Amino acid sequence: MPRINSASELEELRKDILSKRDPNKPCISVCTGTGCLALGAARVVAALKEEIKKQGLENKVGVVDIKETGCPGFCERGPIIVIHPEEICYLQVQPGDAEEIVSQTILGKKVIDRLLYAVPGADEKISRESEIPFYQNQMRNLIGSNIKIDPKSIDDYLAVGGYTALAKALFQYTPEQVVELVKHSNLRGRGGAGFPTGKKWEFARNNPDEPKYVIVNADEGDPGAFMDRALLEGNPFSVLEGLTIGAYAIGSHEGYFYVRQEYPLAVENITLAITQAEEYGLLGKNILGSGFDFHVHVHRGAGAFVCGEETSLLASLEGKAGEPRSRPPYPAVKGLRGKPTNINNVETWANIPLIINKGADFLASIGTEGSKGTKIFSLVGKVNNTGLVEVPMGITLRDIIYKVGGGVSGGKKFKAVQTGGPSGGCIPEEHLDIKVDFDELTKVGAIMGSGGMIVMDEDTCMVDVAKYFLNFLSGESCGKCTPCREGIRQMLKILTNISEGKGKEGDIELLEDLAEATRDASLCALGGSAPNPVRSTIRYFRDEYEAHIRDKRCPAYVCKDLISYHIDPEKCQACMICLRKCPAEAITGGKKQIHVIDQEKCTKCGTCFEVCPPRFRAVRRLSGEPVPPPIPEDARIITRESK
Amino acid sequence: MNEILLQIDGREVKAEEGMTVLEAARSVGIHIPTLCHHEKLAPYGACRICVVEVDARGRKTLAASCVYPVEPNLVVRTRSEKVDKTRKMILELLLAHAPDAPALQELAQEYGADKNRFEKESSFCVLCGLCVRYCTEVKKKNAIGFFDRGARREVNFIPEIAAKECWNCKECFPLCPTSYLQAAYHLTEALAFPRPSFKPASGK
Repeated sequence: MPRINSASELEELRKDILSKRDPNKPCISVCTGTGCLALGAARVVAALKEEIKKQGLENKVGVVDIKETGCPGFCERGPIIVIHPEEICYLQVQPGDAEEIVSQTILGKKVIDRLLYAVPGADEKISRESEIPFYQNQMRNLIGSNIKIDPKSIDDYLAVGGYTALAKALFQYTPEQVVELVKHSNLRGRGGAGFPTGKKWEFARNNPDEPKYVIVNADEGDPGAFMDRALLEGNPFSVLEGLTIGAYAIGSHEGYFYVRQEYPLAVENITLAITQAEEYGLLGKNILGSGFDFHVHVHRGAGAFVCGEETSLLASLEGKAGEPRSRPPYPAVKGLRGKPTNINNVETWANIPLIINKGADFLASIGTEGSKGTKIFSLVGKVNNTGLVEVPMGITLRDIIYKVGGGVSGGKKFKAVQTGGPSGGCIPEEHLDIKVDFDELTKVGAIMGSGGMIVMDEDTCMVDVAKYFLNFLSGESCGKCTPCREGIRQMLKILTNISEGKGKEGDIELLEDLAEATRDASLCALGGSAPNPVRSTIRYFRDEYEAHIRDKRCPAYVCKDLISYHIDPEKCQACMICLRKCPAEAITGGKKQIHVIDQEKCTKCGTCFEVCPPRFRAVRRLSGEPVPPPIPEDARIITRESK
Repeated sequence: MNEILLQIDGREVKAEEGMTVLEAARSVGIHIPTLCHHEKLAPYGACRICVVEVDARGRKTLAASCVYPVEPNLVVRTRSEKVDKTRKMILELLLAHAPDAPALQELAQEYGADKNRFEKESSFCVLCGLCVRYCTEVKKKNAIGFFDRGARREVNFIPEIAAKECWNCKECFPLCPTSYLQAAYHLTEALAFPRPSFKPASGK
């Protein structure tokens, strides 16, 4: 690779790359992000390559390219391919579809109907990616390029305009002006706390101590969240470019990516991106001939949730146990190795090139008064279109769930949406029209967090949800400070008791007391936010807690100690289905013999309830009421009267 | 050193830059209870019994006074309804582990903490870390360490180091607010490096 020594040489290189590419040449982009890989994208790529070879198109000029890209977001329907330039989007592609894709679409220019997005409840099919409702209601400033870029090729990034922002920052702005731009854009940190990024940069910049460090916090640990993962895997260059611009603004010459060990592809792609950027002179000594030096290292975290907290991250980076320390002093004053340090989340860094390229006003024009730009969420749970979504701040939760997410899956009723990861809060139906905004979410008892969004339906027990998250947090608390370690331990104990029917009067009030002390007295944000699942579920679903405690009843039929299954002898048709499927062999009966569940043997797995044919509906769930005694054996014979 | 003026419990207090709120309070005879604090050790901020209310830049929060640096015009309240309620809760949480520790009992009386509020889980150790940090920071031997995290966190001796270093030191023993440390030491000793006299007598 030639080294680039100026902004004009960068533009020449870009022209050179583009001149070798025919914009009209068909290109099959296959998502090989983690989600699609798990659904078999690697086999789809192999099949497509094989097919191209078989049809003798491999070395033919101008016929077809194939590209392995990062995640475009519609994970629910993977493996996904998009064929450029027409932007034809095929969903749930299998290796067996390769022959048809090559001969029909690439050579024959015909769209394959069966692989297109089908509009639910209508006869309509949609072929263009951007017209699919899932994408139509998004604003994909950060992840929109994922499907166009091979994350292992810096040339691909340059081809879509990559590194123009760095050149602009280095040659048109002073570091102070870059800080001002970021301040003016009102960008707030995407890691969870929402601290104004420009202000944070200014603190680090104004600290006279040297050297200064900049860090990408890629220790994404929320269960079910993969925003940062998709950015690092799909477009590592944008994050690296943002980091380099930040380093220039702050006056740092050394930076770190702190990435989870569990993200091997992200580690691989970012490491390769660093090497490629160094070869081009976009990183390292004398970047683009500007005289600015900046070096980056990749550090793999060992997988502790608490290391996403910045002081724990710093301790871990220094080789110590990943435990937080008290702030102040903040990292901008005393950070890595006691030196001024600026830590931002992956998504925050990815916003920086956008601000430089399109201007601070561009970002400031999107969103609400207090929250600007877009936010990426991983939309998961009981929703039709699970995946990665990027939406403008200010969109309502309802629009995310219904317009982007396509509504609650399985025709069930919506119950709550949990935002902000394990220490986020559950928001009920009545607040679905609030806007996605740092402060609005906090007002209703949830948090923006880093972007986890879990949709829950009517079959979800809110006590069980609180218990699940507290269980996660009790294992992930570092255990250093009393309120977090002991507060979570006791809250989890009480929740477990309630879910097992051992709840007592006063438990809710005790939970509230514990939640308050844990929130207010904990050392770091993990403890500070850990009570959120408890507080928000009590706030909106207190009646469910009361049902568990007073009536020993689980209204959602989830808590196994409080429910039973019973076969209604009036309705049972002795079809033997539940009897055969019961994994505990707890059902007795036979042909023409009414089935009975042995309550001692029953493990409450719910299989009988699920398999009982809807036309019989003989299996009932009971909670808070005694199970009727089994009918006497001699009354179990069904005698069908012949007509 | 720059002099910093702050207010603690309504009194003007002169402190030096770099001091903690706890140090500033103690310098004028205002008492704040501590469990994990020790003058020979770096401030740790873990037990949280020393929480006070601070009014900094218009925001009122609870802060651990042993690690909170003094700031000009900081307003500190070492006792308030909120502070007392929090200290009481912290004591009750710790009493579930070490119900008979004298240091905890004394404070429990002052703050009205009920040692039976939570189900007993008598690990005896309150994880103040005094022993671990003393061995690391003062003795520089690292014979005691924290193991695991969260609710499973515990303190233990590292037998290989303890066998060599502990027999003539034991300076950590009087630091322990509960009876846990000595017990842990004797257990480690008995299992990992029994003294000669403990070895079974050779049969005649």
